[in-house]
Amino acid sequence: MELIVFVLASAMMLIGAFGVITRRNPVHAALSLVLTLFGVAVHFVALEAYFLAAVQIIVYAGAIVVLFLFVIMLLGVDKAEDLQTEPLVAQRWLAGIAGLGLLGLLVIAVSRGAEMLTTRAEGLATSAEGASGDANIQQLARSVFGDYVVAFELTSILLVVAVVGTVMLARRRVPGEA
Amino acid sequence: MPEPTTLSYLIVAALLFVMGTVGVMVRRNPLIMFMCIELMLNAVNLSFVALARELTDINGQSIVFFVLVVAAAEVVVGLGIIVAIMRNRSSLSADDMAELAG
Repeated sequence: MELIVFVLASAMMLIGAFGVITRRNPVHAALSLVLTLFGVAVHFVALEAYFLAAVQIIVYAGAIVVLFLFVIMLLGVDKAEDLQTEPLVAQRWLAGIAGLGLLGLLVIAVSRGAEMLTTRAEGLATSAEGASGDANIQQLARSVFGDYVVAFELTSILLVVAVVGTVMLARRRVPGEA
Repeated sequence: MPEPTTLSYLIVAALLFVMGTVGVMVRRNPLIMFMCIELMLNAVNLSFVALARELTDINGQSIVFFVLVVAAAEVVVGLGIIVAIMRNRSSLSADDMAELAG
């Protein structure tokens, strides 16, 4: 059962990723990205990270992709792009070779490192052992708001800086104003 | 029926990461390049969560939470820059942004 879910979610993810890098229309690419994000969310559920699966759908598919679509529509670049011409000679071939090389390196590194995995004593709360279904959420909350509370506060500063910076960047300059 | 191992999750994540990398190298539309960066971030998130289960360590999931926040901030700033650049020109191509360098 878990294997079927794994295969289906991986297929969703990889087909979506292929769509992102091959679709000529940016809107289609953004929708392919949604497919990939849903596949990753299914993987998160299978890996018992329920909270992150929900956040993945809400933040990525709900906010980030909608932001992409907003910008595509706002700029009016939702026209099919010409992918036949290749402005740089042999760019695609070199990119393909570099990608295959990177894939080989990653797979070798992952499979050689797999035997060094050791289990920590602390343990991951699963819904099976906890009485309630939100053991994962409680454990994640204890980690984020306990161990990493300073980092959490810093991310709020980061978000404020990003919002203010974007408003400044996208603002229309009024002549005569500093 | 065999269960998918952590190794298979990591290999799928590696595939997704490589597809994102190839996309950044091949595509010339900055919006699509941003989407490919999102693909790479998602691949790393997936491997973090898979290792969090393998090592039974919640810290992997905490890191993914922070990566999500940083990804949101990064997309906001990047799209702001794209909007600012598009104000002065009509086509959207990475070649137009060469002037950003010094």
